[in-house]
Amino acid sequence: MKRSAIRPSFPDRSEDPRVEVSLTVNGQPVKRLVSVRMLLSDFLRHELGLTGTHVGCEHGVCGCCTVHIDGKASRSCLTLSVQANGCNIRTIEDVAAEDGALHPVQQAFKECHALQCGFCTPGMVMNILSRFEEREPLDLSESGIRDLLSGNLCRCTGYINIIAAVKRAAELLGRA
Amino acid sequence: MSTRSFGARIERNIDPKLLRGEGAFVDDIPLTNPLHVAFLRSPVARARIRKIDVGAAKSYPGVAAVYTCDDIGPLDMAMPLLIPHPSMKNPKTQRPLARGEVHYVGQTIAMIVAVDRYTAEDAVALIEIEYEHFPVEMDLKLALQVGAPLVHPDVPNNLAAHFIQISGDPDAAFARAEHFTKVEVQVDRSTAAPMECRAVAARWDAVTGELTVWDGTQAPISVRGGLASIFGLDEDKVRVIAPDVGGGFGQKVLLFYPDELLVPMATMQLGRPVKYIEDRQENFIGSSQERTQIHTIELAALKSGEVIGLRDSFLHDTGAFIPYGIAVAQVASTSIAGPYRIPNIWVEFKAVYTPTVQVTPYRGCGRPQACFAIERAMDQLAEELNIDRFEIRRRNFISEAEFPYPREGLLFADGLKVTLDSGQYGKALGMADAALGGPKFRAEQEAARAKGKYLGLGLACYVEGTGLGPYEGGHVRIHPITGKVYVNTGLPGQGQGHDTVFAQIVADQVGVSPADVIVVEGDTKAFDWGVATFASRAAVVSGNAIHKAAVTVRQKILEAAANMLEVDIGELELRESAAWIKGSNRFVPLAAIATASNPLRYAFNEAAQAATQFAPASKHDGPPLADGQAPGIEATEFYSPPASTWAYGVHAAIIEVDPQLCTVKIQKYVCIHDCGNMINPMIVEGQVCGGIAQGIGGALYEKLEYQPDGNLANANLMDFLVPYATEIPPVSILHLETPSPLNPLGVKGVGEAGCIAVGAVVASGVEDALRPLGSIKIRHVPLTPRMISEALEQAGV
Repeated sequence: MKRSAIRPSFPDRSEDPRVEVSLTVNGQPVKRLVSVRMLLSDFLRHELGLTGTHVGCEHGVCGCCTVHIDGKASRSCLTLSVQANGCNIRTIEDVAAEDGALHPVQQAFKECHALQCGFCTPGMVMNILSRFEEREPLDLSESGIRDLLSGNLCRCTGYINIIAAVKRAAELLGRA
Repeated sequence: MSTRSFGARIERNIDPKLLRGEGAFVDDIPLTNPLHVAFLRSPVARARIRKIDVGAAKSYPGVAAVYTCDDIGPLDMAMPLLIPHPSMKNPKTQRPLARGEVHYVGQTIAMIVAVDRYTAEDAVALIEIEYEHFPVEMDLKLALQVGAPLVHPDVPNNLAAHFIQISGDPDAAFARAEHFTKVEVQVDRSTAAPMECRAVAARWDAVTGELTVWDGTQAPISVRGGLASIFGLDEDKVRVIAPDVGGGFGQKVLLFYPDELLVPMATMQLGRPVKYIEDRQENFIGSSQERTQIHTIELAALKSGEVIGLRDSFLHDTGAFIPYGIAVAQVASTSIAGPYRIPNIWVEFKAVYTPTVQVTPYRGCGRPQACFAIERAMDQLAEELNIDRFEIRRRNFISEAEFPYPREGLLFADGLKVTLDSGQYGKALGMADAALGGPKFRAEQEAARAKGKYLGLGLACYVEGTGLGPYEGGHVRIHPITGKVYVNTGLPGQGQGHDTVFAQIVADQVGVSPADVIVVEGDTKAFDWGVATFASRAAVVSGNAIHKAAVTVRQKILEAAANMLEVDIGELELRESAAWIKGSNRFVPLAAIATASNPLRYAFNEAAQAATQFAPASKHDGPPLADGQAPGIEATEFYSPPASTWAYGVHAAIIEVDPQLCTVKIQKYVCIHDCGNMINPMIVEGQVCGGIAQGIGGALYEKLEYQPDGNLANANLMDFLVPYATEIPPVSILHLETPSPLNPLGVKGVGEAGCIAVGAVVASGVEDALRPLGSIKIRHVPLTPRMISEALEQAGV
């Protein structure tokens, strides 16, 4: 671009109709105007700056975008932000302690080399965490763990170490 | 040294950040008010674009710009042919935006830049376009015939390349052979499917004249060079950063994908940051794929089972373009004899254009196909000669005494003669046999059959040429304030754990904990000499360069510390981030050594104050820096491998087949693997295990279903079946460590290893399981239930 050229002017946002949403994210109240079609994943990542929630497929198969909605592991890429109105959302950024100390599930992933590129990892952790936080008993047999993980794709690890990490997390959480 | 880092199972430095959700992938990089890109992609495989009208798209609210090939000035060109080769006639590469004709479903035709991706996609739908449809031929064999519809009007018979390589005297070998075995095998089209799709973001600073590009690439230095050349910018004004990258597996090294040029162009024209975040469908129809090859392989053997000659002729599907030249086919053809002596080889391939996404290396890069061909042929030979499958391999292995073992006449993808450097093939096979084979399994198999269950033993061996040149570099510096060690190299990681294994290499030399080694890679402002991450080369090439730099830095530390402590170098040892006088409690910390080596007068930290308590780090007269001396403790070194290092392995599995449901269940999987000295066995196992999972995908599930009209029917993760945890069996990995004689660390690459043999193992195991039902041959992967059903039907079951 020529140095003499004047910077073009474009609108900052689309003309999509917008509505106000109020929700709680990681314990903090949030009130924002959002496009009616904005996905919850985009809202968390680009409106709130919580980029730890990843987007791997946008059709609900890979599980990278898993967050907790009212305590349940949910696909944020299949949820519109307006649907999350009034909900309590928890993302990966809220899992470790304030000083950065890892949660036992995260610690188990580190010990077991259960992550490589780390792109699927936040979704994996949120899914596993939701199951540990449920009151129902967990099937921690080999097949039970595989079943627990069957909503999350990982392309790097081959899962064996993730299965080991779930077992280790159970130990660390006193659930083994 | 109290404890050695090299070889230890050390947890990864990068993990806490990634686990807390603090990774910085391209779409996470904060940009002020970015614009977003969406592409119009061809919905048809072959057509002429009669008319294109972007008027409605341009005037759609929120759209900043619409580009077709007419609007991109000098970028309207065929993109570079990366690796030229004389076997290619009229090699074709893609243009950033189609001009005149389209060649596959997914080809980029127009680019929209808008305030958000939602708006950009709306506008894509408003582009009016008229196509004149052309017929297509999707079958590889038919595509070569006279009169077949052409992918490029000026390339007759769709023949992209034809190449023959010969080692030894195959005709003579075939003339004296006592037995011949010939099989035709096929591996189908697949894709890397990294969890993070490709992504590019760019920012142009008109005031400083600097272009910054965040690219989820495996080759940031090459991207920088290309952008500087194409845009006529000084290289120093272009910074390319590969930040955290969510898996690559080969797909993320292509120079260039259209977006890698068009996004920087758009940011320079529009004065706002611009980003393109590929979605999953686009990854399926726009980013490189690999695998389809059809091999006709013939073995010439003696009655003893010794294979004395091999002829292989194969077709290689290169997609609509051939930007990587013949690399994939060349790797396949030079890997065709596997770990076997076979001294006489004739191998021919024809690379064929098809109206599909271009083919470039995907983890394995031709090796899985070559392994499938030779291993299926070896099983067939064993059956015909009534020799045990383990035994026939044992009789043909290159023995330890025969290394280095050259294959005269075969040139590898690095342009160098194929020479297998080292290995213990027989020992690895023995370990596989002990783990799964032997009479114990045969008894189990008999017992299962009595109960109507069909168990088989699958077996395959592979070799992998790794650590290809030309070179990489490493820079090591001791930080004067913290005493931490900073390491830079040019190639980036996509999850392999570079930051930890490189730290381990350095930690041993300079006496620090690997946690105190900070590795920065993939940022051209940090280090800009180097090539890229591919061909299982990072540990070998960057690893040895970093090792050399660390050795130099160690010497500099010792010299400075000897001066400061006023002792001989021989009296010193490096540990716990300090230089110690052996057998005493006198030491000088690394931070103080680095500080004292920098003749700066200000003492603004503890290290500087500590440094003043010692004698000077450098003993000389005259100015503070002697002639030829540099401040600080640092070094840059380079490593250029003399030849590829050849890793290898033996895989075996117990496989259950249900002939009613035609399903395959892998009960146990054993991998005996040798990548030379292991820097971190935990990371090696992670690489191998991930490769095996991808291999299982390729053996049983992952097939891109191109329809007769050229449309990809399963361009999503719902229909293209990447394995979940439920599909991956328990895997046990056993190691051998035969050091490579070719490099100081004795390492070989491991990135691609796991995936190579799996298809052959599964086919071998399924055949073995179904043997009581007749002669059922498995010669094609991925092996679907339907294919098993058809095979059973053919056998009259």
